[in-house]
Amino acid sequence: MAQLPLHTAGPYVAAAYIVFVALILLYVAIMAGKLSRIERELGELTELAQRTRGPGDGQDAL
Amino acid sequence: MYGKRLRGLALSTFAALTLTLALVLFWAPNDAYLGFLQKIFYIHVPLAIVTLCGFIAGGVMAIQHLRTRDPRWDMRSYVAIHISLVFGVGVLITGSIWAKGAWGHWWVWDEPTLVSFLLIMLLYATYQPLRFAIEDPERQARSASVFAIVAGVFVPINFAIVRLSTAYVHPRTLSNISGNLPGRMQVVFYLAVVSVALLWVTLWRYEMTSKHASAQLRALKRLLGGDEDEAPARRSAAPSVTHLGGVR
Repeated sequence: MAQLPLHTAGPYVAAAYIVFVALILLYVAIMAGKLSRIERELGELTELAQRTRGPGDGQDAL
Repeated sequence: MYGKRLRGLALSTFAALTLTLALVLFWAPNDAYLGFLQKIFYIHVPLAIVTLCGFIAGGVMAIQHLRTRDPRWDMRSYVAIHISLVFGVGVLITGSIWAKGAWGHWWVWDEPTLVSFLLIMLLYATYQPLRFAIEDPERQARSASVFAIVAGVFVPINFAIVRLSTAYVHPRTLSNISGNLPGRMQVVFYLAVVSVALLWVTLWRYEMTSKHASAQLRALKRLLGGDEDEAPARRSAAPSVTHLGGVR
C-alpha cells in the first residue's frame, strides 16, 4: 500500500485526536454536572442545619 | 479520601498528555508504510491496552468485593468498568478512523482483533443493564461482581486467542513476528501508554471522589433527619450510595 499524502492523512489523524479529546471533555462535563448537584444539595443541607440550630448559631463556622 | 492528591494527579496527566502529543507530532518519525496516518496508532493502541487492563482491574476489585463483602470494592469495580467502557468507545471510534484511512473501510468484519474487541465491548455493555435489573443492593453488588470476574477472565483469554490466530491483517504492536518499533517510535508509544494509564487513574479517582462525596452527603442528610420523609432511593445501576456505609 502506498503512503497516504499528508493532506489526505491529516484529517484522519486530526479526527482521531479530536474524538479522544471530545470524549474526555464530555465525560468531565457530565461529572462536573454531578458535582454541582452535590454542591447544591450541600447548600440545602447547610440551610437545614442552620434552621435546626436556630438563627445566629454557628454563623461564623460557615 | 479519593480527592487527596487529585489535583497533582490531574496536572501530571495533563503534562504527560501534552508532552506525548508534542512528541507524536514533532519528534516521532513518520511510518515508512502508512506515513502520517500512523500517528493515530499512538492514541488508538494505548487506549485499547488501558481499556482491557481497566476491565481486568474491575474484575480484581470485584474479587476483593466478594472476598471482603466491603461495598466500597463494588463501587471501585463499577467505576473501573464504567471508565473502561468510555475508553473503549474511544478505541472503537479511533480504530474506525484508522481503518478508513488505511484500508478504505470503516469496519472490517473478517478481522479477528476488531471483532473480538467489539465482542468484549458488547459483553461489558450488558454490565449496567444487569445491575439495573436487580433491585436489592446486596444482590445487585454480588451479581455484578460475579459478572466482572467472569468477564475479566474472558478479556486476556480472548486477547491470547486472537494473537494466536493466523489471519494477521491488523498490525501487531508488541510482537517479535512483525518486528518491534524503531527507537523513537517505541519511546513515544510507551510514553503514550503511561499517559493514557494516568488519565484512566485520574478519571477513576475523580469519579470515586464524586461518588464518595455523594455517599457522605446522604449520610449527613440522614444524620440531620432531612431524608426521613423522602421517597425511597430511586432504582439505579450504580451501587447505592447509602449502601457504602456512610461517612468513612
